[in-house]
Amino acid sequence: MDPIEPLIQIRGLDYSINGRSIFKNLDIDVPSGKVTAFMGPSGTGKTTLLRLITGQLFADRGTVIVDGQDVTSLSTDGIYRLRRRMGMLFQNGALLTDIDVFENVAFPLREHTRLPERLLRQLVLMKLQAVGLRGAAELMPAELSGGMSRRVALARAIVMDPQILIYDEPFVGLDPISMGVVLRLIRHLNDVMGLTSIVVSHDVKEISAVADLSYLLSGGGVAAKGTPRELHDNPSEIVHQFMGGLADGPVPFHYPAPDYYESLLARGRGR
Amino acid sequence: MKLFGDLWASFILALSNLGSQCRFLMLLVWRTPRALLRFQLISDQVYNSGALSLVIIMLSGLFVGMVLALQGFTLLQRFGSESALGTAAALGLVKELGPVITALLFAGRAGTALASEIGLMRATDQLSAMEMMAVDPIRRVVVPRFIGGIIAMPLLSVVFCMIGIFGAQLVGVQIMGVDQGSFWSQMRAAVELKDITEGIVKSMAFGVACSLIAVYAGYHAVPTAEGVGRATTRTVVTSAVVTLFLDYLLTSVFL
Repeated sequence: MDPIEPLIQIRGLDYSINGRSIFKNLDIDVPSGKVTAFMGPSGTGKTTLLRLITGQLFADRGTVIVDGQDVTSLSTDGIYRLRRRMGMLFQNGALLTDIDVFENVAFPLREHTRLPERLLRQLVLMKLQAVGLRGAAELMPAELSGGMSRRVALARAIVMDPQILIYDEPFVGLDPISMGVVLRLIRHLNDVMGLTSIVVSHDVKEISAVADLSYLLSGGGVAAKGTPRELHDNPSEIVHQFMGGLADGPVPFHYPAPDYYESLLARGRGR
Repeated sequence: MKLFGDLWASFILALSNLGSQCRFLMLLVWRTPRALLRFQLISDQVYNSGALSLVIIMLSGLFVGMVLALQGFTLLQRFGSESALGTAAALGLVKELGPVITALLFAGRAGTALASEIGLMRATDQLSAMEMMAVDPIRRVVVPRFIGGIIAMPLLSVVFCMIGIFGAQLVGVQIMGVDQGSFWSQMRAAVELKDITEGIVKSMAFGVACSLIAVYAGYHAVPTAEGVGRATTRTVVTSAVVTLFLDYLLTSVFL
């Protein structure tokens, strides 16, 4: 599937941490108005890629163009202005623990706008209604289940009506019902609010159900790209291993280690 | 040779930490004017760091004052000058014990709370979430806590001294039988505005140092359970050492 019009364009991106290369010459297009998934084995830098897109990290080389602006050359103020048009759902929700659900959702509005209290209340309740948690407005974050926390965080992420919504591992640790709810919300919010959504996940089945376009990241680059169907039919070994959930393959089961036999025979604490 | 190398490495590390703290302080000062516009955030932190530390400060002040009176009375009695007990207790408390012990208690109660709170916010992605909502966590979270600590410290120190003097009076006058009139009048005659200024300036300096150390440790904590624990420990240890060092420095300036 060819992207309609890329809202985010990454070109020739290199990024390394402490001398360890995470991405090498990475090219990615995120089409406008679609749900795009970044998949890949743990440790391939999926979350790092999100941080590069949102300007929390900066590339060693290459460009990250978001809606016509190069994130790598923006000032701090410019990045903050850009982030007002983005919403992000963190892996654990990242709700502020000292205020209740209502105030968590109201937080961006209170920080960035001077809306009358009545209007602010209506907006917050509308967003909470959209995620089905209007009744939980007065609960504290500690009183919420994992799935509920994530839905509150989702309400908070959409309260400023962003253009781009980013989900970092939204299904981790959720029961099947909560997972279904979050999946439905991702698709529903994307279509109803006219968003561009990016979902980072390694839950192949779930993400295949919702994504319009998927990228499989591995070894510092894009191993495969296409619709979930195309990825399933991809003959590449790494794609086959990942999509099939096979324990061993191009991504080895064992972490690199010295010879097993030698290690067992070695004296002392040497491992 | 290895010892020398290790010592040198520790020295360089300490120096780079100091530089990094100074840079962080500049950053906080730079963001302060805008943070001051939202006084509610600061007053909440004065409550958290100050009002919630009141009980421990008052109790400690009372006992320190009582011990001071007990020791002072025994000592002064040798020279037949028990009536100077009020002066001795007040000067000791206002110039030294008040600001120093308040700072040490502040580091243990409020400083650790600040460091662990900010550290946990980092560990649970709350600070990153704020950044993603285009809210600067330094302006929203760190600066109000820093200013709150600076405001709270001198206030706590004043409370400590007042309760300490009351404790000294309790033991000196009520139990040891020092004359009430001479206890208060000698104190009033001997304690000058300069002494009180010294105490207030010291506690303000300790306020800046202890709050900075706490918010710095929290903000730069490694985002794990162990990292937050280390940040908390570092807050107490560094605050105690820096407080005592600053105390010596300021005392020599005021002499």
